[in-house]
Amino acid sequence: MSLKDKLSELRQRGLTEIQKSSDLKDVNQVRVSLLGKKGPITEVLRGMRDLDAEERPKVGAFANEIRDDLTAALTKRREELENAVLNARLANEKIDVTLPGTPVAKGEPHVIQQIIDQIEDLFLGMGYQVLSGPEVEEDKYNFEMMNLPKNHPARDMQDTFYITKEILMRTQTSPMQARTLEKHDFSQGPLKMISPGVVYRRDTDDPTHSHQFHQVEGLVIDKHVTMADLKGTLQVLAHELFGDKFDVRLRPSYFPFTEPSVEADITCFNCGGKGCSVCKNTGWIEVLGAGMVHPNVLKMAGVDPDVYGGFAFGVGPDRFAMLKYGVDDIRNFYLNDVRFLTQFTKKG
Amino acid sequence: MKISYNWIKEYLDLDVKPADLAEKIERTSVEVDDVVKPSDGLKKIVVGHVLSIEMHPDSDHLHICQVDVGEDDPLQIVCGAPNIDKGQKVIVALPGSRIAGNVKIKKSKMRGVPSAGMICALQEIGFSDDVVPKDYADGIYVLPADATPGDDVYDYLGMNDSLIDLDVTPNRGDMLSLNGTLHDLAAIYDRPVTLDQVDLKEAGQAIEDQLAVHVDADLAPQYRMRLVKQVKLAPSPMWLQIRLWNAGYRPINNVVDITNYIMLKYGQPLHAFDYDKFAGQDVYVRTAKAGEKLTTLDEGEHDLDPQDIVIADDKAPIALAGVMGGLSTAISDETVTVAIESAVFEHDHIRKAAQRHHLHTDASQRFERGVNQAGVQEALDAAAQMMNELAAGEVQTGAVVGSANIPDPAVITITLGHINAVLGTDLDLAKVTHILESLGFDVASKGETLTVTVPVRRNDIHIPADLLEEIARIYGYDELPTTLLTGRMTMGTLTSAQKLMRATRHSLEGLGLNQAISYALTTEDKAKMFLMQDSETTQLAWPMSVDHAFLRMNVVTGLLDDIAYNSARKVKDVALYEQGRVFYRENGTDRPSEQEHIAGAITGTLMPAGWNQPAQEVDFYQIKGIVEAYLKDMAVNGDVTYEANTDMPEMHPGRTADILVHGHRIGFMGQVHPTIAKQFKIGATYVFELNLQAIIDMPKQENQYDVISRYPAITRDIAMLVADDVTNEQIVALIEKRGGAFLQSVKLFDVYDGVKVPKGKKSLAYTLTYQDKNETLVDDAVTQAFEKVEKRLQDDLGAEIR
Ligand SMILES: [Zn+2]
Repeated sequence: MSLKDKLSELRQRGLTEIQKSSDLKDVNQVRVSLLGKKGPITEVLRGMRDLDAEERPKVGAFANEIRDDLTAALTKRREELENAVLNARLANEKIDVTLPGTPVAKGEPHVIQQIIDQIEDLFLGMGYQVLSGPEVEEDKYNFEMMNLPKNHPARDMQDTFYITKEILMRTQTSPMQARTLEKHDFSQGPLKMISPGVVYRRDTDDPTHSHQFHQVEGLVIDKHVTMADLKGTLQVLAHELFGDKFDVRLRPSYFPFTEPSVEADITCFNCGGKGCSVCKNTGWIEVLGAGMVHPNVLKMAGVDPDVYGGFAFGVGPDRFAMLKYGVDDIRNFYLNDVRFLTQFTKKG
Repeated sequence: MKISYNWIKEYLDLDVKPADLAEKIERTSVEVDDVVKPSDGLKKIVVGHVLSIEMHPDSDHLHICQVDVGEDDPLQIVCGAPNIDKGQKVIVALPGSRIAGNVKIKKSKMRGVPSAGMICALQEIGFSDDVVPKDYADGIYVLPADATPGDDVYDYLGMNDSLIDLDVTPNRGDMLSLNGTLHDLAAIYDRPVTLDQVDLKEAGQAIEDQLAVHVDADLAPQYRMRLVKQVKLAPSPMWLQIRLWNAGYRPINNVVDITNYIMLKYGQPLHAFDYDKFAGQDVYVRTAKAGEKLTTLDEGEHDLDPQDIVIADDKAPIALAGVMGGLSTAISDETVTVAIESAVFEHDHIRKAAQRHHLHTDASQRFERGVNQAGVQEALDAAAQMMNELAAGEVQTGAVVGSANIPDPAVITITLGHINAVLGTDLDLAKVTHILESLGFDVASKGETLTVTVPVRRNDIHIPADLLEEIARIYGYDELPTTLLTGRMTMGTLTSAQKLMRATRHSLEGLGLNQAISYALTTEDKAKMFLMQDSETTQLAWPMSVDHAFLRMNVVTGLLDDIAYNSARKVKDVALYEQGRVFYRENGTDRPSEQEHIAGAITGTLMPAGWNQPAQEVDFYQIKGIVEAYLKDMAVNGDVTYEANTDMPEMHPGRTADILVHGHRIGFMGQVHPTIAKQFKIGATYVFELNLQAIIDMPKQENQYDVISRYPAITRDIAMLVADDVTNEQIVALIEKRGGAFLQSVKLFDVYDGVKVPKGKKSLAYTLTYQDKNETLVDDAVTQAFEKVEKRLQDDLGAEIR
């Protein structure tokens, strides 16, 4: 048998052994037995000394080729076996992916806060400042500078928590408008502000009344502000808070601090405007009060009503939340039942 | 005010349905509460003629009636009303009918006797008790004798009218009358309206010889009276009764009904006195004198206030002016001479008198808002005319006038340019003029300037802005364009304080707390708890309840109330935070100062238990972890330290820490004292409260990039025994101070004070991490530094290194 034939046979035997090996240990043994220092290939190569110079490189090359083939077969076999082991382990590691995930602690913003933030962000985007004033106010700012002098009949409309004759819990956030108007330098630009915050009324708490609730009042004063701008602004607000399908309509109303004064209605949530019991069959729901700032309010704050004018509006986030989510009891907002607080979490 | 659709139609030629009319009013004038047609929901209710009655054999009050209802045979109906009588025309609910409250009437038997239907009282077909005439209050109603049996009763009773209930705003006193409403509708529908003219026939003596009035014109700018003699008191005619009950007034007798009717029609409250009961022939309009008393028509007794305006005769007050008449001079069955008063009283006095005496009447409501001061005499004359026509009264010649100060009409100048500039419209002069004229205003224009004379009846219109409203609403708010602001650009940004407050909320939510909003008004007891600084309490002058009578001086108690609310509803795991104001007041000041606070409270477990995660009750270190993480987020400049506080009465003395930044106390945290927890009816609860304003005001660190060292760090662990009173903070401070230049961090990894350590000692273990930013550290350098620390711990803190 020539060396070459020996080598060919060796390859055949080797490949068969490799294929037969059944675990990594086997593979290793086969590797040592075939390619080790005492293995048959080494031995064959040792026999090359007896070949003539012409044959030697050919047989050498052939031997190397066979060694490479066997090495490759060994590697392949090892990988196969390793994969089999891994797969077996992974199969063993199978879990029930339908078991619930590990709970995490997660807090949520209050639903009223969400609405206030939404209103703030909208108006910030339109160049308004956000200003918050004191909750304990002077009669002067809460009423008098809002064109509600001491004997004004509309004062009976707002039952007030007084602390002393002149000090009270603010019934609206508009005192901040008076405070800001007094200070604003119109040479630096128009005044565009909203004032969100807590307000207080002397009411008995029940499903539709709360002695504490929230307001966001808005005020714009400049040289050329129109009622059409007010209408457009309220429309943007309604679209932002409720969606583009909601229309806004204005109705005459009365507030001492605006003239003309309007109530704004939006399309009924419940029936989409067709008419239902929620909207008393009108298709509309009253959501806010607004108007063009009364000249007396400007005058009292030292602003010339012949030059400057503008609009004001006041919205109730509590009422918005009640309408938007169908909350049937305003007290829910202040009792902080966790099961209530964690209902308004959808952010997508 | 309920206004009748039919009544409106008598004066205005309108081709609209009641619901559409109401909608138009709501969109253009004042709010409409509802529109009601009284006959709605009723069925098969007809006129019946009582042919005969006989007593029920088994009852002492039931009658068996044979009633002609326009069919071939009469119906037999058993009736229990005491006033049933043969020959009456009555209201019959036929078998199969539907009466008030959606009640169905069927054939039945009453004590064995068949009864086919029911003879009805007005209340049974939907009338309110308040409007049913006294004669029929406790029995069936008797229809006019000419009613036809079998006819529906609705038209006989005015029940097919539609009643539009107006919710009149305080400025629109003029809308509290038919005439005022007609003026507005005339403009809205652009139709002419012609109101009734008074045609008064006077007779008899001159009034001056019989009556004199003495008036303080500051109290009553107008005061007028007429005298009507020989009146024959009787029920009013049906049409008048219908007008009244449909407007919500009970028909009483022709004289009283006329005063109410004139008020509804003209908006002018009138009062009818029984002239013969006056002491003397002089009437005075003055303020009440000390000690004077008055019994009003409703038999209420009032101690009069010196600010009350009264009508008085020579002896005593006989009416609380503009609010309610007195009982002593009231119209009664014996009245033959009526003194009618038509006046204007100063509204502020009236408002206060109505409040003082809890008498909010239709008269006071109208005087508070202002009546048509140009129509006072007309209303008086119209009433006198009606008393002549309906009560055969002899109207004495002339009226006595104690004061007659009719204000001048407002004259307002406005330009077309201003109108369009404010409304955002493009109206022309003709349009604006037409709108104003349709409201009954006089308009004189010169170029684009309009001079508008406003009738006295519209006492709400004084300035150009008032005219803008009139133009806008009649033109129609739907017609206004919808635009957005133009003009100079402004920046809309949150202030740094506002940004920090938002960051605060986001941080705490990220740490697992839900935002709560609790009541800021609380009890005195709760207001004073968990005080972070000395303060007086602030109290409401007239609270609605003791639960909300004081301004809070802490935020925590509100959260404890919330936890109690949850706990009472079996919600055991509650983690809340609240950002809000507390109110501190200094002695001698009325107005408290307001400070923003942030507080949190956790009870039960913060991390929800799961199938693979056991419930872990909240403890001090969990709430501390939240406070630490929050303060790290806020990045206040300076060391944050924690000191045990054993002195807060509402807190656990061994589990409470003050929170200090740079040595200044900004808040506290720890476990609520078990006694307080019990008082709130809650379980173990951990809280914190921080002065958020202080955090806002403190200087902050800024984010900056720090090169991450490429060289490896070396760590060494150290475990030691120390006395119980040595704190972690002391140890860490010492290690950091003495740890050498390469010490990067000190981290506590074990605390043990169980049985394996001697009593009075505890075991603490730390990992110290060393690193050099510029080269690989040599072990020797670390060992040297580490040994130095070990020595200092032994020397300075008596630590026993293990
Ligand atoms: Zn609806």
